[in-house]
Amino acid sequence: MKHNLILRVVSKFLIPLIFLFALYVQFHGDFGPGGGFQAGVIFSAGLILYALVFGVKTAKQIIPPFILRCLASLGVLIYAGTGVAGLLLGGNYLEYGVLGSTQVAGQHLGILIIELGVGITVMSVMLIIFFAFAERGQPE
Amino acid sequence: MIDSLVDITLLTLLVIHAFAIVYLRNLFAIIMLFGSFSFLSAGLFVVMDAVDVAFTEAAVGAGISTVLMLGTLALTYRRDEEKQEKQPAHKPWLPLFVVSITGAMLIYGTSDIPDFGDPQAPSQLHVGPYYLEKSLPETGVPNVVTAVLASYRGFDTLGEVTVIFTAGIAVMLLIGGRRRSTRDDAKAGDDHET
Repeated sequence: MKHNLILRVVSKFLIPLIFLFALYVQFHGDFGPGGGFQAGVIFSAGLILYALVFGVKTAKQIIPPFILRCLASLGVLIYAGTGVAGLLLGGNYLEYGVLGSTQVAGQHLGILIIELGVGITVMSVMLIIFFAFAERGQPE
Repeated sequence: MIDSLVDITLLTLLVIHAFAIVYLRNLFAIIMLFGSFSFLSAGLFVVMDAVDVAFTEAAVGAGISTVLMLGTLALTYRRDEEKQEKQPAHKPWLPLFVVSITGAMLIYGTSDIPDFGDPQAPSQLHVGPYYLEKSLPETGVPNVVTAVLASYRGFDTLGEVTVIFTAGIAVMLLIGGRRRSTRDDAKAGDDHET
């Protein structure tokens, strides 16, 4: 699909909007529909679109597989680490109330952080799976 | 009135999709129909005011899984005629019988289910009212779904994220990395044997 001018131009317009929408879904999940899971999927969809139009190799130069693996683990680590942080601050595991000055502030912070962890893991795992499928099809 | 009209339209389209998927033999067309089936389900969830579920269904069901199914199709066929599903070797009567009985039982079972949105339904009387009343003062998050997922049911969500992570690892272990030129190896092996 490398020579298809219309697809290239249109996707160049669309991809930034997709990323922006993913970030909106990520950080606005407390107030509207959405959250880390949906945001991660939308973000990875933007990168998959890029990989489909400009080639998997180019996409891998943007996000190398090594970094993707680190990000996938980092997301789970952020989530589980938030729980441990609660333990260290004297609460129960995954009790967010102790993270902030008040119960509500702590809950808000905790939810924001763990949603970020979910988003990072989902985004990188979706891309890992997509790259595994796409790379397998190309004889090296 | 409008709601039920939309419901009927969407459900009719879903049934048409289901029949088309069963009837068609072209795997590419079937994957595309799966995608639009998911998208119609997402519309149905929106009508039922479950926007978070609809969001997930549209993003995952219609988006990512269609891409992954196309990737699988690209990996598994070698010639163009293999994109067609083979004619089944058996007669469809026994599966049809089983499916009809199961479907009839399920429809019979729905007669005991409380009406849609019934405030006296058991699921609305358990912890639901607590979340609706207390989630905003306790967490300060207006979206109750997010409050339940991330805070009240934080352990479950941690488990889900771990499941996704594990799935990624499993895919990497199974088909990740460079493909060894198995066909050439096999040919060379055959040559040696013969």
